[in-house]
Amino acid sequence: MEGRLIGGVAQGLATQLSLDPVVIRLMFVLLSVVDGIGMVAYAVLWMIAPKQPYQGTAPPQRDWSQLAAFSAIGVALLAFGWLTGASQGGIGMLPFAVGGIGALILWQQADPERRKTWMSGAALSMRKNRVRSLLGVVLVVIGATGFLAAQGELAQASQGLLFTAVVVGGLAVIAAPWLAGLWKELQLERRERIRQEERAEVAAMVHDSVLHTLTLIQRVAHDQREVTRLARAQERDLRNWLYQPAQDADATVAAAVRRIAAEEEDAHGVPIEVVCVGDIDLDSAGKLAAMLKASRQAMVNAAKYSGSPSISVYAEVEGEEVTIFVKDRGKGFDFEAVPLDRMGIRESIIGRMERHGGAARVRTEPGEGTEVMLTMKVEKA
Amino acid sequence: MTRVLIVDDHRLFRSGVRAELGDSIEVVGEAEDVDSAVKAITELQPDVVLLDVHMPGGGGQEVLRRVLGSGSQVRFLALSVSDAAEDVIGVIRGGARGYVTKNISGKELTDAIRRVSEGDAVFSPRLAGFVLDAFASSEAPPIDPELDSLTQREREVLRLIARGYAYKEIAKELFISVKTVETHVSSVLRKLQLSNRHELSRWATARRLV
Repeated sequence: MEGRLIGGVAQGLATQLSLDPVVIRLMFVLLSVVDGIGMVAYAVLWMIAPKQPYQGTAPPQRDWSQLAAFSAIGVALLAFGWLTGASQGGIGMLPFAVGGIGALILWQQADPERRKTWMSGAALSMRKNRVRSLLGVVLVVIGATGFLAAQGELAQASQGLLFTAVVVGGLAVIAAPWLAGLWKELQLERRERIRQEERAEVAAMVHDSVLHTLTLIQRVAHDQREVTRLARAQERDLRNWLYQPAQDADATVAAAVRRIAAEEEDAHGVPIEVVCVGDIDLDSAGKLAAMLKASRQAMVNAAKYSGSPSISVYAEVEGEEVTIFVKDRGKGFDFEAVPLDRMGIRESIIGRMERHGGAARVRTEPGEGTEVMLTMKVEKA
Repeated sequence: MTRVLIVDDHRLFRSGVRAELGDSIEVVGEAEDVDSAVKAITELQPDVVLLDVHMPGGGGQEVLRRVLGSGSQVRFLALSVSDAAEDVIGVIRGGARGYVTKNISGKELTDAIRRVSEGDAVFSPRLAGFVLDAFASSEAPPIDPELDSLTQREREVLRLIARGYAYKEIAKELFISVKTVETHVSSVLRKLQLSNRHELSRWATARRLV
């Protein structure tokens, strides 16, 4: 908090109430002189008031001269009180402090712009934080009743209280329609704000991705492959944004397969269609992680060597079995003729799956395309 | 010669489809919103309507409701950029005989139109995935076992479609005829349209939550 002398409480209050901090500080000093209530109030507020982070480069400097001045005033008043006996407010002053703090809690929870609208309808602000509001109201009431009781005037005041209640009731009846109108207006304003936020989010999305991609496409218009890749990547992004639930790609098989397919599609410019049925969390033993790596290798192979215009990936979780198919309609190959030292299929796919207790099968024939089938059994958590 | 009406609110897309369709298909007209579509279908009586899912005035589902509600026998093939389960399941249950996405190739689209015109069903891999997911075994016992669950064979066919197999490849894989594959898919379509399985609509709606 900028401009604090001790805990910044007075400064904070002054900002909240749009008053000069000097006034608040004088109040605290005065109240401290009277039975030390000011100090208690200060301490309580210091604890409960929300902190405002300091925004600035240099560390906040306390104005020691001001602090000294206020201390001097306090000491002087204290001396004066002792001399005259005026500080013997007795227990009667305590309720004032309780009520005052209650009112302050009520006051400080509304944010400044809204408080202006709510000035005349304080009841409306209570909706925001019921517990604190209730606490505030209770404290105010206790404070008021306590004050009257301590003064021994509760009995006399009951007449006045009744009168007050009638007046307040009457006012409520008069003001009710107006309050209802205000309430409706507030709701409307809130809905409008939500709508605006949504619109802003869409605008940001369109700006960050779609416009950006269109610009890129114009720049690389001569490169057909690149244009296709950009358009496809953008399409996928938009689709995910519109239709897919927000998923953590490191959490489940379906999300991970989608992400891998997206990455390989971007890297090689071949569309990869992904269909997922069922889903399962990734296991801690790394079996599924190994399976995902094998599936990535299968996608890379299909994209790089098959010449297929598109690749189909199907991931299915049924009970405790996870199956991933990667299929292309490319040129295929003669599996037996693959040299033993070619690591792509034998090691990265089949070997890896077998090492982790799964299985891989490759079906291919020259001219018939290729399909890699990976299966893995996992225990469901 | 199959007579086709293209219903889509994007003019560019309509002309693109028109150019891509093969010689065996005659495009008899185009429509760009729900009202003009219903009018054109009533007047032209095409064999197959290529129906966009998202359109002003209620979308493809509204066209289906108004045309099929009046007792027409026109066949619909839904065509959409949307992958949302709610849209897909929605138009199929609304009465469309197939669902393909707009990035389908001209040849595949021609094939799909022919199939729909012959009364068969057309499933994209994604639609097959949706159906498998929606009909996945659950704790709740089916109300109507005939309609509310898939047979083993239907499941196999759908799984192959989801894996990217064409009907011909599926037939070869399962040692059955293409006609039998088509029968299975049509039977799944019927279940999808008629099943009261409550998971179906709930599942599709839940899928939409982003």
